[in-house]
Amino acid sequence: MSPLNRREFVAVGVAAGAGLVVGFYLPHGGRAGKEVFSPNAYLRITPDNKVTIVVARSEMGQGVRTALPMILAEELEADWKQIEIEQAGASTLYGDQATGGSASVKTTWDPMRKAGAAAREMLISAAALTWGVPRSTCAAQEGAVLHGASKRRLSYGELVEKAATLPIPTDVPLKQSKDYKIVGQRLARVDSPSKVKGEAVFGIDFRMPGMKYAVLSRCPTIGGKALSFDDKESKKIAGVSYVGKISDAAVAVVADSVWGAMEGRRALEVSWDDGPNKDLNTAAVTDSLKRAALTDSLKRAAAKTSASLYSVGDVSKVTGRRISAEYQLPFMAHAPMEPGNCTANFQGTACEVWAPTQVPQDCRDQVAKALGLDPDQVKVNVTLMGGGFGRRLEYDYAVEAALVSKAANGPVKVIWTREDDMRFSTYRPASLHQLSAVLDGAGWPVAFTHRIVAPSISGQKGQPGPNGVDPDLPDEAAFVYGLPNVSLEYVLAETPVPLGWMRSVYALQTGFASESFIDELAASAGKDPLEYRLHMLGKDQDIHYFDTTWRTARMRGALQLAADKAGWKSALPPGHFRGIACFGCFSSYAAEVVEISMENDVPRVHRVVVAVDCGQVVNPSILEQQIQGGVIYAMSNALRAKITIEKGRVVQGNFDDYAPLRMDETPAVEVYAVPSTEAPTGIGEPSVPPLAPALCSAIYAATKKRIRALPILS
Amino acid sequence: MADFTLRVNGSEKKVSVSPETPLLWVLRDTLELTGTKFGCGAGLCGACTVHVEGSPIRSCSTPVSQVAGKSITTIEGLGANGLHVLQQAWIAEEVPQCGYCQTGQIMTAAALLAKTPNPSDEQITQAMNGNLCRCGTYERIRKAIHRAAASGGAR
Repeated sequence: MSPLNRREFVAVGVAAGAGLVVGFYLPHGGRAGKEVFSPNAYLRITPDNKVTIVVARSEMGQGVRTALPMILAEELEADWKQIEIEQAGASTLYGDQATGGSASVKTTWDPMRKAGAAAREMLISAAALTWGVPRSTCAAQEGAVLHGASKRRLSYGELVEKAATLPIPTDVPLKQSKDYKIVGQRLARVDSPSKVKGEAVFGIDFRMPGMKYAVLSRCPTIGGKALSFDDKESKKIAGVSYVGKISDAAVAVVADSVWGAMEGRRALEVSWDDGPNKDLNTAAVTDSLKRAALTDSLKRAAAKTSASLYSVGDVSKVTGRRISAEYQLPFMAHAPMEPGNCTANFQGTACEVWAPTQVPQDCRDQVAKALGLDPDQVKVNVTLMGGGFGRRLEYDYAVEAALVSKAANGPVKVIWTREDDMRFSTYRPASLHQLSAVLDGAGWPVAFTHRIVAPSISGQKGQPGPNGVDPDLPDEAAFVYGLPNVSLEYVLAETPVPLGWMRSVYALQTGFASESFIDELAASAGKDPLEYRLHMLGKDQDIHYFDTTWRTARMRGALQLAADKAGWKSALPPGHFRGIACFGCFSSYAAEVVEISMENDVPRVHRVVVAVDCGQVVNPSILEQQIQGGVIYAMSNALRAKITIEKGRVVQGNFDDYAPLRMDETPAVEVYAVPSTEAPTGIGEPSVPPLAPALCSAIYAATKKRIRALPILS
Repeated sequence: MADFTLRVNGSEKKVSVSPETPLLWVLRDTLELTGTKFGCGAGLCGACTVHVEGSPIRSCSTPVSQVAGKSITTIEGLGANGLHVLQQAWIAEEVPQCGYCQTGQIMTAAALLAKTPNPSDEQITQAMNGNLCRCGTYERIRKAIHRAAASGGAR
């Protein structure tokens, strides 16, 4: 039994002919005055036996439209075949709808289960009352309530009217994992058929009557402005209906076709004020990271630009053999397959938006702000996304579409080209990592120090954490080892280059540096890198670190599983080498073994074995997708991803000079999950951080060359 | 502006567009066939792949004037009678994640199977290497092509 939290209650009502409507409501904490309620999940059962589950997170390929309803359907004892899925737009009724941080399953696990269980209990009661039999003799099963003794059956649809009149249960039993019939199954994704038929509507595919298309000419220099423009030639292009400045740094060209808008932009002449960053280049960014690292610690403390993230024991008092190294990572771009786009229809006192977005509520609020409307005058519909990877945690495309719609006086779809996407993105922060360790006489580490020098994503967006520490960074820099002396420190290094959250965010940087350095220590001690990590995990213990309690036993389980499945100790084909790494982030544990050979100094990856402990697995097929996808994404990042700046401008523009992996470079990725009945944790991102250090560990095994800067093929 | 007659998915379509307009935008904006996707605009990613006279081409880099009068097949016309065997295999292997690139992937795979009914791993890699996927679905794409081939993929 899992009693309902006292702050929660179930609202039940019968809308005219709508049947049973069950939603879980959590009082919104942040607003004074009137109470605002936010349903975590939403369920609608109609007399025609349709069960509709509303998904209040955004689908970008990670499978939420399938996985989240599975959780509710499990407790509801629904017939999965009768479930219909509805995508929620931005609403004041839902909690935080931001889709990121690998959090959708983790944060909706309890509310979705409770919503399903409450509905199930009410439907059972309705059947018992209908039949005049004790409740305890009735059971819910596959979308119906059964009375075993009399072999009677009523479908949920037949029960909704009575169920809706019943009192609300305050204490609903939740199922034991051993009784799960839906959760844990490889159920087919609900979105596959429409995606293979070309019928799925992504943001770029949405259209409405009278809609025009816009592309924007943006100032190519970071922080620059548009001074003036000449649209004489643009307006000669067939179909171009409007050219105008819509912000300090952007001029929009609107036409009746995408091609017309693109041609109109090509013909447009804009005179730019390059602004303060016209001499910025990548070397200057690297220098600024180094300068921040060198700044005297007292000065940093006074300026509130550094802080200790974590400290155990006292690293300064440990003596022994000291090893130090510096690691460095570049800016990277998300480059989702669907370029930025958004459709908006401004109509004086209202604006409706169709956005492929991870943050529908931010889009609503920011569109309202840009147009001078109230948030409730803006309606945001969430479309499918052709990839997100964090790029669609921004709301820039929605604000642009709204402003252009207002300026051009009608519905407009703004489309970014691939070059726009590459050059006007928000980039994974470049970073510098200073590591040192002290080894005892036997070569085991007794002290470990990691200083992370990086700009703050949230800080740049006006929401800095205390002492400049990016508020997300601590949870993406966990050190899940049981050493007696550990110091993790953050140093803020600001940059004008726009920053964003990219798949696994800071965990990619911290994981690469920390795990690669551990490989160095193992090599220096002449020890096997797997044995070295197992020793470092120490006795089973809890490590309390910011919002998460990490358990070294779970990391050990993942590490051992990956090693066993990869045959860590087994002989390899001639010329093949292995590397290993593990990392904990988004509350999950991941370990990876990478097998390579070297061909002309270039690593060819033959096999990647991944083991994760992410608690209860909701859908193993989607789990495999997420991990295979995370590994391939991480391999692209590790091998080639690099955004460089010259004269204040992003150099890369398309998939030729920012080249993700193709089929010929990608290996088979084997996925294993540690069996677990713990509550589910993140899976979209945890497979990303271990890949680069495991790959570089394999390269070291092959070549004795240590790679301390990404990308590998630079 | 100029008038063109296109044969798209078996039916004749008259369009009036400027001759250099890429076929991609004629399909998407004029004919409202949005299953063909815009990914790079430079023939680098394959999201816009359609068949012209049975061969896979990048519609983002093919001016409409070049394909006037030719037979064009898009994802919407691939499975003339229900789902194409590749589309079935894509569902069976649960290939799509975000799904954005998958229609282009399927069109490229369909052209491969039409020529090579039982492709080897190497032939699959060679044919599919021009199609990017940022969700990393390559392994399942390969499995789905093998599955379709085993079930008579050349149809």
